[in-house]
Amino acid sequence: MNRRREWLNTAPSFLWLTVFVVLPVLVIFAIAFRPTLGGGGIGDGWSLDAIRSLWDFSYLELLSRTVWISAAVTGLCLLVSLPVAYAMARMTPVWRARVVLLVIVPFWTNFVIRVFAWQQILHAEGWLADRLRDLGILGENDRLLGNAFAVILVSVYTYLPFGILPLFAAAEKFDFGLLDAARDLGAGALRSITTVFLPGIRQGLMTAMIVIFIPMLGSYIVPDMVGGTDSQMIGNKIAQRNFGDRNLPQAAALSAALTLLVIAPMFLKRKKNEA
Amino acid sequence: MKRSRFPLLATLAVLAFLYLPIAFLVANSFNASRYAANWTGFSTKWYQRLTEREDLTTALGTSLKIATYASLAAMILGTTAAFALHRYRSKFQETHRLLVALPLVLPDILMGMSLLLLFVAAGVDLSLLTVTFAHITFCLSYVALVVSARLDGFDFTVLEAARDLGATPFQTFRKIALPLLAPGILSGGLMAFTLSIDDYVVTYFVKGPGTDTLPTLVYSMIKKSKELPVINALSSIMLLVTFAVVAIAQRLTRRGSAGENL
Repeated sequence: MNRRREWLNTAPSFLWLTVFVVLPVLVIFAIAFRPTLGGGGIGDGWSLDAIRSLWDFSYLELLSRTVWISAAVTGLCLLVSLPVAYAMARMTPVWRARVVLLVIVPFWTNFVIRVFAWQQILHAEGWLADRLRDLGILGENDRLLGNAFAVILVSVYTYLPFGILPLFAAAEKFDFGLLDAARDLGAGALRSITTVFLPGIRQGLMTAMIVIFIPMLGSYIVPDMVGGTDSQMIGNKIAQRNFGDRNLPQAAALSAALTLLVIAPMFLKRKKNEA
Repeated sequence: MKRSRFPLLATLAVLAFLYLPIAFLVANSFNASRYAANWTGFSTKWYQRLTEREDLTTALGTSLKIATYASLAAMILGTTAAFALHRYRSKFQETHRLLVALPLVLPDILMGMSLLLLFVAAGVDLSLLTVTFAHITFCLSYVALVVSARLDGFDFTVLEAARDLGATPFQTFRKIALPLLAPGILSGGLMAFTLSIDDYVVTYFVKGPGTDTLPTLVYSMIKKSKELPVINALSSIMLLVTFAVVAIAQRLTRRGSAGENL
């Protein structure tokens, strides 16, 4: 009786997610081994062509670029979020709630539109570029838009709340008396932060790293809108193979590679939890 | 001991950084210049132009329709999922928990690509229906997450008490569980609604040619550099609506929690 009720209660979401999440991911791996037909078709039978096409130096470059840009964005987000989370945790509850709201509200603006705003701000003939040129910071031919710098800056902007909120949640539970104790015992400001505060909010750091790094690996909009040819990421290649070349098996092969890349850090995390 | 001012200053700087692009958008929507580069005078002509763009209104309608269906379906599926996860402890639920977490960590592009391949493999034509199915999928997990938080500390024995007193399962659900969980379900649904309205990547992969939601239409306008200032005007109006909704929601939840204290 109870088991039947459990099944009835679980079935709707379980079946839905199996059909629309698990099955599609399996289909990615299946189609990666299919031959390509012209005009976006998928051929019958099996073929290693799509997988073999990944065995190319340009893909290795694309993969390493995807990883380093994602890592840079994750690192910068954590670095910027740390002092903010620290300051928030030391505020009165009323101010905490206010600042949390202030951090969230910009993200109710459409994602595409936020990136579009940056596209205008960083524009080659824009006010910012002109001022930077006047100051001699930006060279006559340098551009703010269309490079890895723009991709990283705008990505940091879009992922900042995913750094601030988990770190704040962890810092809120941190006992700040420990910091005072460390200082009293003679530790410098920096040392007490690195040896007491950071380990104390380890869980928050872990969460923030995962929720920034993994979606970053699949970035598509930001490199597409503010990046250049030298700052495209794996997501852009997937879209290009799919919509530009209409080569579904190759798009699938790339997606399979990205899936493995995404799953890897999750397993690393699981290992660590078990240890 | 003197406390460092650095964290507070950093917070202020970060908040300024977060609002800079938004302020820029709103200011630029009143810029008479066709090119965002320079300020050439105050004008409301882009707002006027906005009212003439019927494709934008149609796309907005499509977005609202999909978001409504997707969030309603996700509210049902997400709530039952959260309920099962909290109520039962078994190996089966461990797998279930993993399934519910998957859409939260899967990058958008993989979700879009995998669903596209599924629909292609199954011979399903891409349409607004496939978009809605895709949206339900990622919205479901967010609703489950929010309702789950609400279920922490939920006393399931009240449901058993109701059953013992002769209520049917349906009555128990409608008269006891639903009212207790309503705030969680509603805020989950609100979140699902905004996620659906906001989504570009998944929609772009599974929408098929022809039809557009607001984000996909705006994106193609940006890509073609077509009437960019109109997008600024549109964004400003959407901002205003969002702030209004947030303010109302804040009010409602405050009243809700006041009611609980009674």
